[in-house]
Amino acid sequence: MTRVGVLVFPGSCDDRDAVRAVELIGAEAVRVWHGDDHLGGADAVIVPGGFSFGDHLRCGALAALSPAMAAVRAHADSGGPVLGVCNGFQVLTEAGLLPGVLRPNASLRFRCHDAALLAERESPWLPGTAAGDRLTIPIKHHDGAWFARPEQVVELERRGQVLLRYAQNPNGSFGSIACVTNERGNVAGLMPHPEHAVDELLGSTDGRVLLQGLLDLARTPVGA
Amino acid sequence: MKVTVTVRPREGILDPQGEALRRSLAGLGYSVSDVRAGKVFDLELEAADEADARRIADEISERVLSNPLIEEYEVGA
Repeated sequence: MTRVGVLVFPGSCDDRDAVRAVELIGAEAVRVWHGDDHLGGADAVIVPGGFSFGDHLRCGALAALSPAMAAVRAHADSGGPVLGVCNGFQVLTEAGLLPGVLRPNASLRFRCHDAALLAERESPWLPGTAAGDRLTIPIKHHDGAWFARPEQVVELERRGQVLLRYAQNPNGSFGSIACVTNERGNVAGLMPHPEHAVDELLGSTDGRVLLQGLLDLARTPVGA
Repeated sequence: MKVTVTVRPREGILDPQGEALRRSLAGLGYSVSDVRAGKVFDLELEAADEADARRIADEISERVLSNPLIEEYEVGA
């Protein structure tokens, strides 16, 4: 059974939902404490949402310096899949594992609602999804405006690193970009919460797509 | 040795916090056309001399205190 490591920082709050979501789709989940320098034998990693280290300095900046993140970096360098959600996305950009940075929403308001996302392309991260397909996954954040320099964005688009865009830009993200990957394609991050969209009771199961993508990539790494 | 680091949003980068401040100041009747909000860090660090202190502060600023994509920093005494 695929084992997914879910990081836990002081201030993480979506780690338990991530664990439950992983178990719902038929994988094993282990929680990884930020002070640990190993991932407990995980084949895939989720850096979950929350307010790590109180969001002091910049969101995700202090979590990016933790021992567990050094282990995540080594895992990613060897081709292992990593999914960053919300604060986890912020952590991965601050760690330099994903391009860009997350800034305060242009409106300076906390946004908490379902978001319609449009698939930019087919990707191992989006199994069963074609370009133009719509996924509904909730957002809940204050600092979700993804930014990169325009010339950098052109490069990312050219290399196929943009996976999802917001149908309606909720936060001022550059180009309405909602989800990006690293160049190799084994690290992905987004502000919307796939782990909150895994049960019909909560209105959408579209979050399962990205979580399944994470599991698929653990079994069949990109470029393999 | 005490070193002060100032971090500012880069020019051309939207600064929602500064913009919110500007609007509030306008509400108080001040005619302030632009506000950019940054951060100041006072570091008390161990260093051989001033040049060494500056070198360490530069390193800390680049690695941690600022995100070069959106911010610039200045090391002062």
